[in-house]
Amino acid sequence: MLRVRDLKTYFVTEHGRGTARAVDEVSFDLYPGETLGIVGESGCGKTVTSLSILRLVPEPPGHILPGSLIEFEGRNLLALPAPELRAVRGNQIAMIFQEPMTSLNPVFTVGDQIGEAAIIHQHLSRKAARARAIEMLKLVGIADPEERVDDYPHQLSGGMRQRVMIAMALVCHPKVLIADEPTTALDVTIQAQILELLDRLQQELGMAVLLITHDLGLVAGHADRVVVMYAGRVVETAETTELFDRPTHPYTEGLLAAVPRIDAPLARLHAIPGQVPAATAWPAGCRFHPRCPYAWDKCIAQEPPLLETGVTGHAARCWLVTEPERRQAKR
Amino acid sequence: MSAPRPAGQPLVEVRDLVKHYAAERGWFGLGRPRPPVRAVDGVSFAIGGGSTLGLVGESGSGKTTVGRTMLRLQEATSGRVFFEGSDVFALDSGRLRALRRRMQIVFQDPYSSLNPRMTVGETLREPLKIHHLSGEVSSLLEEVGLDPAFAKRYPHELSGGQRQRVGIARALSVEPRFVVCDEPVSALDVSVQAQVLNLLADLQSRRRLTYLFIAHDLAVVRHIADTVAVMYLGKIVERAPAAEIYALPRHPYTRALLSAVPEPDPRATKRRIVLSGDIPSPAHPPPGCPFHPRCPHPKKSERCRTEVPPLREVPPQSGHLAACHYAEQPM
Amino acid sequence: MTLGTWFALLVAIILAAEAVRAVRHRAFGSERWRRFFRHPTAAWGVGILAFLVIVAVAAPLIAPFDPDRQLDIIGLKNHPPSWTFLLGTDVLSRDVWSRIVYGARVSLGIGGLGALVAVSVGSLVGAVAGYYRRWVDAVLMRTVDIGLALPRIFILLMAVALWDRLPFWVLVLAIGLTSWFGTGRLVRAEVLSLRERDYVLAARALGAGAGGVIFRHVLPNAAAPVIVSAALGVGNVLLLEASLSFLGIGIRPPTPSWGNMIADGAPSVYTAPWTTVAAGLAISLVVMSLNAVADGLRDALDPHEEGGAT
Repeated sequence: MLRVRDLKTYFVTEHGRGTARAVDEVSFDLYPGETLGIVGESGCGKTVTSLSILRLVPEPPGHILPGSLIEFEGRNLLALPAPELRAVRGNQIAMIFQEPMTSLNPVFTVGDQIGEAAIIHQHLSRKAARARAIEMLKLVGIADPEERVDDYPHQLSGGMRQRVMIAMALVCHPKVLIADEPTTALDVTIQAQILELLDRLQQELGMAVLLITHDLGLVAGHADRVVVMYAGRVVETAETTELFDRPTHPYTEGLLAAVPRIDAPLARLHAIPGQVPAATAWPAGCRFHPRCPYAWDKCIAQEPPLLETGVTGHAARCWLVTEPERRQAKR
Repeated sequence: MSAPRPAGQPLVEVRDLVKHYAAERGWFGLGRPRPPVRAVDGVSFAIGGGSTLGLVGESGSGKTTVGRTMLRLQEATSGRVFFEGSDVFALDSGRLRALRRRMQIVFQDPYSSLNPRMTVGETLREPLKIHHLSGEVSSLLEEVGLDPAFAKRYPHELSGGQRQRVGIARALSVEPRFVVCDEPVSALDVSVQAQVLNLLADLQSRRRLTYLFIAHDLAVVRHIADTVAVMYLGKIVERAPAAEIYALPRHPYTRALLSAVPEPDPRATKRRIVLSGDIPSPAHPPPGCPFHPRCPHPKKSERCRTEVPPLREVPPQSGHLAACHYAEQPM
Repeated sequence: MTLGTWFALLVAIILAAEAVRAVRHRAFGSERWRRFFRHPTAAWGVGILAFLVIVAVAAPLIAPFDPDRQLDIIGLKNHPPSWTFLLGTDVLSRDVWSRIVYGARVSLGIGGLGALVAVSVGSLVGAVAGYYRRWVDAVLMRTVDIGLALPRIFILLMAVALWDRLPFWVLVLAIGLTSWFGTGRLVRAEVLSLRERDYVLAARALGAGAGGVIFRHVLPNAAAPVIVSAALGVGNVLLLEASLSFLGIGIRPPTPSWGNMIADGAPSVYTAPWTTVAAGLAISLVVMSLNAVADGLRDALDPHEEGGAT
């Protein structure tokens, strides 16, 4: 349904210090009805990837390089003229953001904001748009939608605002929903509510969801497949259970071991040494090699491609796939 | 002078701490008074020397205010805090300054906790100068795992994890016995979070530090705390030895918090308890049990709506405290 | 113009250019100055201001004539610009160029000192209001509201009623004390947000006293907007002095200021435009230079810009 191939989004840094290769040859597919999780830490390029899909990357300083392809229902979104792109945005592909406070316009009622997309894309009348807004508020589980529809964003709590954001995104029944850290700014108990809501809505509306997050726990519970990103690259991709059972890339492995857990025996947390390098100066060879416990000279010399592990759909950008005995030797 | 402490007495003790914020009024304090915000509403606990109390809660629970009033960064409305036997709230400014060598704080946001116009070295030298200490910047940096060359850098040249290490070094510079860690890892990426948690654990055992570890995440707290206290709307609703509270949470809120932690395990079959509704405003706490409007406990009754449940030991003499009328029959 | 005054003028230009070059040279060592000079106009601003300050200081060397001397009230009245009278003469046959040069002393002096008074008072009031809050804040900020609501010209006219013609220092104080309200608000807002920063709390937790906290942690971080508002303030004060002189309540003639030069030349603006245009251009030049410098400072002093982390 959505095909991303060799996406490269670079940023020219100020005072010409260099080019930040925020997203560097990223490829993945999103199938109808599924949830694909994109996981990575800050600076890995996951948010820039999601913004690139709808061409929302600020230009300048950013630009998507020629040769990148984002295909949605057979059309390359990157080559689409602006009016046609606008017809896709918010209509067929919708997006929800991390900050419910800054993503809503404080001077319009939530009803106006939810109805706006329906007026633009489906040419509804004001009255019909308002009715649709009420219907959407009901759908996202807001009590007394007839009254809430006339509220302004500041009158709502953080969790309610995120529900309104979701209602706005879903008003045109999009085929793809991009959820960029949809619950990061929320309290744990509210986060659970919103995730349950997203799961329910996906089932009811049958849309595909691109779930972008730093939280492996979220992905484990809500995604069908996972793409792990590090330093602008896809480093591993697999079906969710496969990824958590057999993490192959040392970064995925390290990340999993670093998560504090409440259900596992208590042990000292595993930390990945060092930190994410700067996007203007990714290390040569495998970009993870300076932090990798297994790295050997080949990793420094040559960057591995995404290598199939043998299990369908599981690939990792790591030479260990070709020389698995090295992993054993290190243990 | 404070008398020498008998063995077994806690290092820090908080008794019935209350902090109410008066609501804003209009010009020159005219206008109708509004109800105060009850940020902290009668909190008591004690922390033994060398151990860690984990204080967990969502936004608005008052957990941060507890830490700050204990150090007198904010003045409490009422209640008392004892540190090494002396009454912290009764100290004059000279004694308070001396006390501040013994009690320190590490902040959540690594971006706002360092003065952007001072180098790391200047930041670390300032407390040494204030207290006429002979400590060395380079050994402080080494102790938190940073190269002494960092002394010449400005905060903006550091990553989030590095800044947090500098914040920890600043707190350690005055050789405290007690450190309030106010969400020290919440703003960090998972892999770096593990580094900082391990560092805090190492420093604790090396320097025999006592921690009040404030967090919103029960999973993080599990890795560092000996005792855990859960706060809701300014009150402690449950307090127990860490192993106890994770094995058998007696308050329904603790139970819900635990179940809301997203575990990085796609096969996790635990039952999700999704709480309905939002966290009420601390300016208008519900009558009776503050948690009753959201409580999923099957035995919830009229009593919960009218009668505030006291924090009591269940079972008696167990050291496990819970503020629920039905703590004997946990969910 | 004599050979000597031409030479002095040339030296002034070279010195100004040299000053810019020296500052620029230092810029290679400092990220902050590099950001300042990223604005090409900022360098011009510094150069022009440096030139004008040198001219003001060295006025006796650069001015070819006594600025107040009426050279020939009949023969040289409103003489157009020539090699002898670079910018012509005015209605009283005084050399306009010499008056511009000496006027720089008065005008830049009022501008600089007036802005200094305004920024000092504004910063002090703002810092006190923001740091102590409560009733101190309420009283000071209501004063600011009143100050902003009253027309400044009205206040100054009342001052004139007391002094007839204002002496230089009274004018500086009168202008400075009616120009600090905006700065006061700015500093207060800045201090209010800074005092809640974690590094300020951390300093208090480490036992730093109120003075240490304010001078090490609060004010340096509030400096950027203050310095920028000071740079813009000089321009405002200069324009205010001009309008006061135009109303006849500024600097007492025959002492030249750029403001009273415009006032003096106004009646003959059609027959001898050079008398007013020269002073007008000088004022515009200073205000534009200050704006350029303020723009550069805004970027240079913004700590968020540092390191260029995107």
